[in-house]
Amino acid sequence: MTVSTELELRSFLLLRLGERRLAVSSNQIAELVAPSRVFRFPHRTPKLEGVILRRGRIVPVCDVSEMLLGKRLTSRRFYLIAVRNYGAQREWVAVPVTGECELIKAEMMAAVESDAPHVAGWLSHDGDVIEVLNLDAITPGPEHVLAEAAARKRPEAQP
Amino acid sequence: MRLATPVKASPAKTEQIILFRVSGQLFAISSASVQEVRSANSMSGGAAEISAPGLRKVRHVLRRGDRSLFIVNGAMHFGLHAAEGAQLFVLRKTRTALLIDGIEKMTTMTRLQALPLSFCHEERQWYRGLTALDQTVVPVVHPEGFLSHEELTLLDAALLQADKTESENLERTSAAQ
Repeated sequence: MTVSTELELRSFLLLRLGERRLAVSSNQIAELVAPSRVFRFPHRTPKLEGVILRRGRIVPVCDVSEMLLGKRLTSRRFYLIAVRNYGAQREWVAVPVTGECELIKAEMMAAVESDAPHVAGWLSHDGDVIEVLNLDAITPGPEHVLAEAAARKRPEAQP
Repeated sequence: MRLATPVKASPAKTEQIILFRVSGQLFAISSASVQEVRSANSMSGGAAEISAPGLRKVRHVLRRGDRSLFIVNGAMHFGLHAAEGAQLFVLRKTRTALLIDGIEKMTTMTRLQALPLSFCHEERQWYRGLTALDQTVVPVVHPEGFLSHEELTLLDAALLQADKTESENLERTSAAQ
């Protein structure tokens, strides 16, 4: 193997969500933890289940199964605690996963314009083509509120 | 050799809070924000009905001299199952009296964590942040978050309309007499 090909390999966490296998870049991962109590309180943000307590930090739990699978999954094996970017700020978010996780090294093909916003890229592993998730796009944040507001305004702007 | 001056650990800032329930859900509020705690029954005589379009959480107003205090139903504000509130918090420096189920206890919080940025809707106005108490996470409410500026404008307009109708009725009655 030459040095140049070695450099292209990056580390990813392969995770299972229902029947699907997905990947997340390992540099976005803080840890993988066993499910713990979810504390719920009133709020209006869709996809947010509540929060968990982890090492003294309060971490929001974002259920992405409905968006990625079209149905909600109630079973969960782990919480993937990942780093989510909000502009210059970075915070932890917990994403429930339903099966075993695996750390792999692979080469990622960047996403193209026609790919969904939650796709950061694609990788090939064990004969499967796997989506690499863009966590910033599948977990809620202020930019989603702005996008929703813009979408609401758009029909009014039409003549 | 010079040693670095040891940094004195600053004492943790604490804040007195009141834990209370609305429709069974636990919340916290800074005790400094609560001016009075009253039984909902004790207020029933002095409260007048009010109806502002699209604002179902406020049904009553309390007049105190020049001031009007709007009674906000906590359950409706948070979108919880409707519950008969038993107590009222009159909130300091606001025009809100909050209808709650009851007080759980008074305690101290040592750390208020900002609401995670994933929470990006109305809850950002509702809560100052979250606190962990006895391995439970409790949202700490913002006293000014129960009525927005727009809602207060609506309520003031409804109040003005109610006053006008009342004075017209009075005039009509005295003219008839």
